[in-house]
Amino acid sequence: MDWSALSVSLHLAALTCLFLLPVGIWAGRALATARFRGKGLCEALIALPLVLPPTVLGFYLLQQFGRDAPLGSVWATLTGGGLNFTFSGILLASLIANLPFAIQPIQRAFEHVPTNLREAAWCSGLSPWQTLWRIELPLVWPGILSAAALTFAHTLGEFGVILMVGGAIDGETRTLAIAIYDRVQAFDEQGAARMSALLLLVSLTTLGLVYGLAGKRRWARG
Amino acid sequence: MRALLLTVLMLASMPALAGAQPPIIAAASDLQFALTEAAERFKEQTGSDVRLNFGSSGNFRRQIAQGAPFELYLSADEAYVFALHQEGHTLDEGTIYAIGRLVWLQRSQRGDLPDEAAPLAGVEQAIAALANGARERIALANPEHAPYGVAAQQALSHASLWAPVAPLRVLGENVSQAAQFALADDARGGLVAYSLALAPALAQRSEYVLIPEEWHAPLRQRMVLTRQAGDVAKAFYAWLQEDEALAILKQYGFSTE
Repeated sequence: MDWSALSVSLHLAALTCLFLLPVGIWAGRALATARFRGKGLCEALIALPLVLPPTVLGFYLLQQFGRDAPLGSVWATLTGGGLNFTFSGILLASLIANLPFAIQPIQRAFEHVPTNLREAAWCSGLSPWQTLWRIELPLVWPGILSAAALTFAHTLGEFGVILMVGGAIDGETRTLAIAIYDRVQAFDEQGAARMSALLLLVSLTTLGLVYGLAGKRRWARG
Repeated sequence: MRALLLTVLMLASMPALAGAQPPIIAAASDLQFALTEAAERFKEQTGSDVRLNFGSSGNFRRQIAQGAPFELYLSADEAYVFALHQEGHTLDEGTIYAIGRLVWLQRSQRGDLPDEAAPLAGVEQAIAALANGARERIALANPEHAPYGVAAQQALSHASLWAPVAPLRVLGENVSQAAQFALADDARGGLVAYSLALAPALAQRSEYVLIPEEWHAPLRQRMVLTRQAGDVAKAFYAWLQEDEALAILKQYGFSTE
């Protein structure tokens, strides 16, 4: 078992969730409630990582992360280091690749909150912030859970983008998915089988737990 | 939004895993087994760990030019090392650590292993069988960025088989993957590194025949320290030139004079 790869994968998945969930809640709510010019384009851009081949996304990120590229040079000025082949680089790539998984379930959940409920809350004297906190978030909670589960599980399984941007460096950018590929390359099928089983188990548990919880909630509410 | 993004970026730049990390070594995938063994021996003797990354030499050459944090690069083709040196990414021109050999590799117990006089007979038979609709794949590493792929292409060209074998070729991303393809059920075999054919993990399930060295340009494998090299990487580089390391390389079919 490649524990360092497992550790990198779990770090990456946890941090991706941590950073993306606030973004998901903010963007999901904005897209569900607001009407503005270019909303379709916004939604298309967010959904793009779903359909784009990971190699295409990885290729563009690899270019953008270079020290001569705008993003890479800003990063180098801020931190003194590069983005390609670093943990920060694969985290940033992971945040972009997971945008649809974090935003879409939350947006769908907010869309099901009736507008008049929000208006009733305001009439009862709740501020918009209190409305969000006490009325809306408890209602969209299952959507947030799904977003977290999808983001977490998808990050664990991501391969192409991470390989292109990260370069599979042991202990830093080699995730479990890549370690499995490496084990197969080393003709160590047993090692690959063990790690694959673990990845399968973790992904299934994550999804099962969250869908189970969300389902129970729906059922309890009747 | 910009402030949020900056916060995210700053937080993300914190090292994920604390503590001093062993140096990262980029190595051609024909070294998959030999270098793993060498690194274990090195650790026994010095207590120092290295992190090995295996892949195609061409990909590593590109990654190092793009700033990948490798401290030592063991290429299967010295031209990549010279190119990196010219671009200023390495300490010097490095040194040759091994000369590689190419073999024809196929599943064991096929019973039709070609003899050394005509090591590519299997390829000729597969091409002949193509006329009857049989598609037995011939595996090799991608000649665009894998030195063993280039050598395989040269050997096939030498036997005037490169063009006729086109519909049967299956390209591995590196020579280790090519060996995998070579042993797959729908493959006839493949042209891969001698060092892989000798590795215990493959020796049980495959058989091989050497390709004459004159059929391709010599696989002069050169290693070099990059400008990021630290003490452990430098020690490992020196150790790889000592008798014990040379003996391991020899055991995996590399000539080392």
